[in-house]
Amino acid sequence: MKAAALFAAAFALGAAAQPAEQTPPVERVIAALDQNRIAITAGFDGTEIFVYGAVARDRLPGPQDAEVGVVVMITGPSAPVVVRRKARTLGIWVNRDSEVIDAAPSYYAIATSGAFYDTISHTEDLRRRVSLEHTLRFVGSRSEGEAREAFLDAVVRLRRDSGLYVIAPQGVQLIEGTLFNARFALPANIVEGPYSARVLLTRQGAVVDAFEAQVDVAKAGVERWLFDLAREQSLLYGVMAIMVALVAGLAASEAFRWLKR
Amino acid sequence: MQIYLPIAEMSVNALTLLGLGGAVGVLSGLFGVGGGFLLTPLLIFIGIPPAVAVASQANQIVASSFSGVLAHWRRKTVDVKMGLVLLAGGLVGSWFGVWLFALVRALGQVELMVSLCYVVFLGVVGGLMMVESLRTLRTRRRGAPAAVRRGHSWAHRLPLKLRFRESKLYISAIPPLVIGLFVGVLAAIMGVGGGFVMIPAMIYLLGMPTSVVIGTSLFQITLLAGFTTLLHAQQNQTVDVVLAVLLIVGGVIGAQFGAQLGARLRGEQLRFLLAALVLAVCAKLAVDLVVTPDELFSLSRPGQ
Repeated sequence: MKAAALFAAAFALGAAAQPAEQTPPVERVIAALDQNRIAITAGFDGTEIFVYGAVARDRLPGPQDAEVGVVVMITGPSAPVVVRRKARTLGIWVNRDSEVIDAAPSYYAIATSGAFYDTISHTEDLRRRVSLEHTLRFVGSRSEGEAREAFLDAVVRLRRDSGLYVIAPQGVQLIEGTLFNARFALPANIVEGPYSARVLLTRQGAVVDAFEAQVDVAKAGVERWLFDLAREQSLLYGVMAIMVALVAGLAASEAFRWLKR
Repeated sequence: MQIYLPIAEMSVNALTLLGLGGAVGVLSGLFGVGGGFLLTPLLIFIGIPPAVAVASQANQIVASSFSGVLAHWRRKTVDVKMGLVLLAGGLVGSWFGVWLFALVRALGQVELMVSLCYVVFLGVVGGLMMVESLRTLRTRRRGAPAAVRRGHSWAHRLPLKLRFRESKLYISAIPPLVIGLFVGVLAAIMGVGGGFVMIPAMIYLLGMPTSVVIGTSLFQITLLAGFTTLLHAQQNQTVDVVLAVLLIVGGVIGAQFGAQLGARLRGEQLRFLLAALVLAVCAKLAVDLVVTPDELFSLSRPGQ
């Protein structure tokens, strides 16, 4: 894909002598992230990913060429989610109906250089699973129509409230149609796993070039050790938790006996 | 100062947790209760998943009750035999409670179960204590001494009789076993030590002398909370050590201040205040169950 683009670029350069103003310039997106590895340590309180880059092209766009658009998105690992709805039963609010969303990204952030569907067409959105509605997978639904929508909306609303889903039209700063950057906040409650960062360069809604990178999010240090111990050696972890508590209790008792004297 | 909790998988302010632990510690030192019944709802309120709150709370109770039982041990106010009989019932109850907790969690009704248990038990215990303390306050005002009830009840007629020397009792082992069992279930599903149920039961149902009740109850709670912690860690993997340590540190410091404050207040006044506090927590939880919530939907991972 990239090789083809380069070949096309070289060809276009060679053919630059003839005025071929009708075809748009051949463009490529070059992008980078400020961090490719996020470590969840004891002091972790969320972080920020800064995506920046430039559009490389074979010639300067003329006044007749349409402006380019940029979509930047970061998605975390997908997992099924149970959504429950409370209903009043015998006077109290109880979880009653529930639905399982087959796959929902644990983190989803998207920023575009303009209004969403001005930047990318519906066809490209569907093909490349860009927008949230094409990213969420909800097949085995028991409810129909409005009820089904309500459950999907709840996932999006609750996760947007907790900062896990970020939708930012105009969130990409595009300078002179060439330089761009976007900034995403990742809250403290993100899950571990490989996160994918994508940059799509579009012209009149069609994707011209794409860039993809991976960000690894993993617990580190004490957090890593405790989490693994709790999962893999749960009995040992339990014994350790009790020992810590007993030592703390003994220390407190002795310390205050000593203070009283 | 933010700190990341590895099992709860969220970042919280360490000072908030130290403060919460400390405030509840003051109350527990003041009233001689574990304070689990206050801390668990508070933890859930600040966003800790109920399953993690309950399990880590059990771990915190190990520390607070152990430091308490050491003091009673030195004063020889622990009935070890009675404690072990209560514990035997408690272990079965705790095992059943943790199993029930996992089952209800799969059904998505943990919050409801925890809330309902709290409303019922805090309501009953708080109500009884309130009536009791008001009656004592009134009798004292009239100048009459408070009556001490230590009758021979049904607890003395059952088989399997055992002699409990420190409690000066010769009763059947069945009532303490049943009380232990019941408290074990509560400890596992409410994240409490169960002192607030066990102490009245030991005094009024078993007829134990008040001097050994608190030490024996703390002795049993230490062991039972340890067992509950182990079960939660092994079966549900929901014990967050970092959370527990923060609560322990706040709690032990607070408890010392509370104990000194408590020395300046009279017993009935303390009991009246504790009853008012218990009823207030109960009322808050009851209102939350009935009032239409702002958000009807909730998310969770499958199987949780």
